[in-house]
Amino acid sequence: MAEMSVELVAVEREVWSGHANSVFAETTEGELAILPGHTPLLGELIEGGIVKVTTTDGETVTAAVFGGFLSATGDKVSVLAEAAELADEIDPQAARDALSKANADKDSEQADSVRARATARLRAVGQTV
Amino acid sequence: MAAQLRDLRRRIRSVQSTKKITKAMELIATSRISRAQARVEASRPYAREITKVLSALASAAGTLDTPLLVERENPTRAAMLVVTSDRGLCGGYNANLIRAAEELHSLLREQGKSVALYLIGRKAVSYYTFRGQPIEQSWTGFSEQPSYKDAAAAGNVLVGAFLAGTDDGADSGQASERSSGPDEVPGVDELHIVYTEFRSMLTQTPQARRIAPLEVEYVENNTADDHTDHGNDQQQRPRSDGPGPLYEFEPDADELLGHLLPKYINTRIYAALLEAAASEQAARRQAMKNATDNATDLIQDLTREANRARQGIITQEISEIVGGAEALAAAGSDN
Repeated sequence: MAEMSVELVAVEREVWSGHANSVFAETTEGELAILPGHTPLLGELIEGGIVKVTTTDGETVTAAVFGGFLSATGDKVSVLAEAAELADEIDPQAARDALSKANADKDSEQADSVRARATARLRAVGQTV
Repeated sequence: MAAQLRDLRRRIRSVQSTKKITKAMELIATSRISRAQARVEASRPYAREITKVLSALASAAGTLDTPLLVERENPTRAAMLVVTSDRGLCGGYNANLIRAAEELHSLLREQGKSVALYLIGRKAVSYYTFRGQPIEQSWTGFSEQPSYKDAAAAGNVLVGAFLAGTDDGADSGQASERSSGPDEVPGVDELHIVYTEFRSMLTQTPQARRIAPLEVEYVENNTADDHTDHGNDQQQRPRSDGPGPLYEFEPDADELLGHLLPKYINTRIYAALLEAAASEQAARRQAMKNATDNATDLIQDLTREANRARQGIITQEISEIVGGAEALAAAGSDN
């Protein structure tokens, strides 16, 4: 099966890289899945979205991505993010606490971004919000 | 005599404890340099990718007249971001950097621009506060271990000020008396950053760079040249002369560029902060190594002097005893 190389890089470190069969992401225009040989594409990801990578081994790597962009050429996909966390690095309890705290404090702009981050983290570990 | 010996011993003890401290700081700085360098290394993949994406975008976007890329016609106000350390004890690190900053400052003033100061690090803040210069905004407390959040905080303020300067462009006719634009935010027309570049363990050089309006460094993109024949090109700008593949954009290229450029500037600031942090540690290691060496020399000299004093005391005592005994003997023989 055709495959492509995928890089998930955050500003402070490279989060994940490897070979994959498909990449799922959420851009500001909508959700999309990228298969090998996709038209070259540049997209802006939604604030606090998730990216799912199906590797060639059949595993699924999920990450919460903040302030990200996606760039795809035929055989290479790069996800650029200001910050990104893999699902197994996320502490769901901490994220849920942050979410409820942000919900309690509805007005401030700060709470909005905290809420977006917490939501993305929870979704990345497969919990519904 | 005895008092002098006691003084010397006390000084030796105090220099010894100073030496212990400087030695410890030297070791700490040494271990932190490698960590700082690892962080510089870890930030490279992102910088490389975002540059690639930007050059693809820049060659594909229809117009490049995004404010962040366009040179202002009549620049009158420049922002300067000065990156120093929070702590001292790092030799000439801050002094050299501030000298470079002052050079840029007078250069900008010669060009007829007023300068808005944005500062990172407690040392810069105290320097400019002491001289009574107005400080636009400052950030402190992270100079040794900057995170991207810190860089973004500074970057967002700077980009905000820069973009606020756009609408002031209309009044360039009366540019001499600078008024803030319609939005009442005093904007700036240029962004400069002054930071210390890490050359090696022994050399760190202050650098002044302009970060906006920015010049994108183009990278040669030869990975894909066979994607020009895709049909679905609603959002695609037909520009086959540019290098690299023709991209689809979500959202469209200009909007994307507008969102991507501020992030790019933040990345540049972050990279500068990391370099500065590595330089700070290297400068501190060097300064502490010199201090330790000096302390060793000083201890050696003082010990020598103390020994001489001790010997002097003994010699004196002996001659006093001998003198005394002789005097007694002389007195005995007289009787």
